[in-house]
Amino acid sequence: MFSDYTANELTAIFAMQGFAGLILFSVLVLMALGLAIIFGQMGVINMAHGEFMILGAYITYLTSNVFAEYLPGLFDGYFFVAMILAFITTFLLGMLVEWGLIRFLYKRPLDTLLATWGLSLILQQIYRSVFGAREVGVSLPDWMMGSYALTDIIEVPINGIFVMLLTVTIAIGVYWLMYRSGWGRQVRAVVQNRPMASAVGINTEKVDRVTFGLGCGIAGIAGSAFTMIGSTGPTSGQLYIVDTFLVVVFGGAQSLLGTIASAFTISQAQSTMEFFLSGSMAKVLTLLFVVGILMLRPQGLFAMKIRH
Amino acid sequence: MTTTRGITTKVSSVLKKLALPIALSLAASNLAHAESVNTTGLAVTDDTVKVGILHSVTGTMAISETGSVQAEKLAIEQINAMGGVLGRKIEYIQEDGASDWPTFAEKSKKLLVNDKVAAVFGCWTSASRKAVLPVFEQYNGMLYYPTFYEGLEQSPNVIYTGQEATQQILAGIDWVVKNKGAKKFFLLGSDYIWPRTANKIARKHIEKLGLKVSGEEYYPLGHTQFNSVINKIKLKKPDVIYAIVVGGSNVAFYKQLKAAGIDMTKEKPLVLTISVTEDEILGIGGENIEGAYAAMKYFQSMENENNKAFVKAFKERWGDDIVIGDVTQAAYLGPWLWKAAVEKAGSFDIDKVRAASPGIELTTAPEGYVRIHENHHLWSKTRIGLAKKDGQYDLIYETDELMEPNPFPVGYK
Amino acid sequence: MNSLKQIFPKGDLIAFAILAVLLAVVFPLAMDVFRLNLVGKYLTYAFVALGLVLCWGYGGILSLGQGIFFGLGGYCMAMFLKLEASSPENTAIQSTPGIPDFMDWNQLTELPWFWEPFHSLSFTIIAVMLVPTVFAFFIGLAMFKRRVGGVYFAIITQAIAAILTILIIGQQGYTGGVNGITDLRTFLGWDIRTDSAKVILYFVNLVLLFTCLVIAQIIRKNKLGRILVAMRGREERVRFSGYDVANFKIFVFCIGALFAALGGAMFTLQVGFMSPTFVGIVPSIEMVILCAVGGRLSIFGAIYGALLVNFAKTSFSESFPELWLFAMGALFISVVLFFPNGLASVYQDHIVPRFKKRFKKQGKPVAVKPRVQTAKNQPNTTEKTDDVLTGGTL
Repeated sequence: MFSDYTANELTAIFAMQGFAGLILFSVLVLMALGLAIIFGQMGVINMAHGEFMILGAYITYLTSNVFAEYLPGLFDGYFFVAMILAFITTFLLGMLVEWGLIRFLYKRPLDTLLATWGLSLILQQIYRSVFGAREVGVSLPDWMMGSYALTDIIEVPINGIFVMLLTVTIAIGVYWLMYRSGWGRQVRAVVQNRPMASAVGINTEKVDRVTFGLGCGIAGIAGSAFTMIGSTGPTSGQLYIVDTFLVVVFGGAQSLLGTIASAFTISQAQSTMEFFLSGSMAKVLTLLFVVGILMLRPQGLFAMKIRH
Repeated sequence: MTTTRGITTKVSSVLKKLALPIALSLAASNLAHAESVNTTGLAVTDDTVKVGILHSVTGTMAISETGSVQAEKLAIEQINAMGGVLGRKIEYIQEDGASDWPTFAEKSKKLLVNDKVAAVFGCWTSASRKAVLPVFEQYNGMLYYPTFYEGLEQSPNVIYTGQEATQQILAGIDWVVKNKGAKKFFLLGSDYIWPRTANKIARKHIEKLGLKVSGEEYYPLGHTQFNSVINKIKLKKPDVIYAIVVGGSNVAFYKQLKAAGIDMTKEKPLVLTISVTEDEILGIGGENIEGAYAAMKYFQSMENENNKAFVKAFKERWGDDIVIGDVTQAAYLGPWLWKAAVEKAGSFDIDKVRAASPGIELTTAPEGYVRIHENHHLWSKTRIGLAKKDGQYDLIYETDELMEPNPFPVGYK
Repeated sequence: MNSLKQIFPKGDLIAFAILAVLLAVVFPLAMDVFRLNLVGKYLTYAFVALGLVLCWGYGGILSLGQGIFFGLGGYCMAMFLKLEASSPENTAIQSTPGIPDFMDWNQLTELPWFWEPFHSLSFTIIAVMLVPTVFAFFIGLAMFKRRVGGVYFAIITQAIAAILTILIIGQQGYTGGVNGITDLRTFLGWDIRTDSAKVILYFVNLVLLFTCLVIAQIIRKNKLGRILVAMRGREERVRFSGYDVANFKIFVFCIGALFAALGGAMFTLQVGFMSPTFVGIVPSIEMVILCAVGGRLSIFGAIYGALLVNFAKTSFSESFPELWLFAMGALFISVVLFFPNGLASVYQDHIVPRFKKRFKKQGKPVAVKPRVQTAKNQPNTTEKTDDVLTGGTL
């Protein structure tokens, strides 16, 4: 296996594969953070998560068109504006969905799955009617599409670095929100004991709505970032949903740290195996590995003991 | 003129069973007077003929199939504007396959059995074609199938208006070997039958030329992370990346390829694809695939008069910003080939149309000249295009001769 | 011992009779063979929905991977039919005659070992029933013994469905890949594509479906059914009462898998092919939805749900393909929001009382009615309390 390569090349292989794994890791974390908040903290199974991501991608597409048309001089920076807009839109839509749908279903978590699946069908058809059945091409500023050469073999894609930085920023942001801010304390209180939280004067309905909106908003940012690496079409969102749920469940649903750890494990396993096996088999083995561990340790990697 | 319209009148199902013998005897007595065009139980009246359009307008495949629907409708409208087929206007019944193969089978059966259409233009993926094939053979329908595909099939009930694998592959590989001095190939594809079969043919051909295949990789449909395989490509340093990635994966693959610093506008490694038409570039973005080569039979930028008229008509009908890919053009050929065969046969009868089909020529095809082979595929030229930033291909080469379709290549298995 | 009367109270008998008349008399008379064949196809999904009523409605186990079992059953049957269709005479043009066409395209030169036994019909029938059930048994054993339940179970089954799909597609030389196993023609020499065969298969399908219905009814009315309902409400209490909860769950999950597999096999026979699209996540979720629309607590509801949703799908997609997804989405949302127990609850809460009023006016004896009502309403009332309970536990 390794005999074909020189030592120098082998180092490069491992460096680049490690980096590919890190990019995959960032992608998975970005996909899963929003879901981890919604599913882990609220117990809601949001099957429309992928559609929220694609909404973010479509917003990015629209923003890029607007910039190309009216503000070509600022095109290099449009992506940041697009991400903020994507967040705001998906955040608002998320709150609307919580208000119109989810809040009636908190006592029936499995039913949220069906209802949000219905929602995802509706969103897909809306995208198809509005943006057409074809995929749209999101043009990116040139600086994001290049790569940075560390040595003559090792090259690092800039959009990969961008996704990693974004992931770190958002992860820190979420951590701060959940564990350092007053609002996060309220969320955790509601998760742990809803009646009690309500009794001490927390507006649990508002907390729920904002939490759901936040989860969707992060999905929107993720979708916006994914225009760099993936496709934007009405049904693209479905590609992400299984992987995303596995990351969250594998990590232990209520632990954000677990989500990150599980994304790391899955991404490293997959990218290592991808290098030695064919892509399809690597995927099968990764999924088997995750399911196998979940069968041995159903509570996930990092289970939090909380009172129900 | 006498008519057999009674046969096709809609009656309730129970009545239909009772009415059938009567209608048949009526038809038999009318037969002597009826025009020979109207002999079948098909949905043909004195001034209309019904055909079916069967594509996915919902689901994951709608992305690809939309163009084909548009092309088929355009062709039908143009034929009608010219007076129709044998004096009859074409009416189409459109059904949605919903990207689901059993639905395709169900809908094709509905078109043939309930609607009694004289021809069906449709299907896109191999899987949908395989699903409807037994239905067409059982109920003796006629399907015009537009997509380039893996070959290994030849049905009396299908006319394949796209290229089969050898037509697309051999000319493309020969060209990069001859003109770009390519010696080492890396084969990559989505994991299903067309890319796998195509790569098998490509591998045999490459090895027959005494050259080397340095890797062969497949990823599940819809896969979006290609960094690992790109690393492999970088290490193996092939001259040609032979890519048959389809659907949404395409977008991910080319964006990541570019971001990983593989510059396709440079000579090495060059990318040769048989799966990316102008339609797909729309999603990928021209700047991300600039410099890649594609081997297929049609590009929107082709300069002949037929194509100029076709592109103009297409844009007038479906909007200015629309693009036309290889499959869209092949779908456009369907109704025209059918019309020519019907007129040659002087009848809508499926058997007669089939008998008349081989040898049918089309000089007005946007791609130039095509002819139906005995094996129901088309003789066509294979062309190489160079992807440009604006999402179009520059036509840089075409074979001198028409490529013979060879769906069961000997020695390539 | 349960007497027959306990298992089949009068109300349920009437429901059985109505369904039987509708499916076995009304539909075949009113429809042409094409439509009847479609109904037959819908009814194969009803098998899955019926299994889900037991697993999900009664046992509280939501499986998002019923497509796995539907697919396995279907594939077993398809392998048998494909071997018959690939006799050396039929495949003479191949480089290796006598093996299925897709194997020949993938350069296989001999039949893989696991295909060999599918030459035999009796082996196939056993495999159709056994393979999915054993698979379900091992999944169930691994999960329920470790007390994995609820959402986790749903997501893990979903992942298994994803794995199986990728495997089937990836191993196309052995499985037919994304195209599936197509072009199935005869069953022991009998052409299954003819109209008469379609009608006969429709009735075979009905017989099987009613067998499953009766099994479901027996389970429902037995001690087992009551334990399942109790478990769904308060698993811990049942466990502390000395029952091994996991075994009951495994059992009912296996039954669900068996039903789904029968549906899959009948699907293959009636439609003439099998493809990996049935194994995946989307069809699995759609099957849950059939069950939810019909009523997750009603075995009859599951069948009406399967018929209704699929009828709607076909007619909507014939006339307004674009609106179809809107309608489907709206249906799911409204069923979940307004009729959590599906159409069956609408029937129970709105239609049955009206009938009762009528009967009362006419002065018919009322003696049997309370029992019918409690028998039918029992699951409903427990479900209502259960909602409150699960709210706390999840």
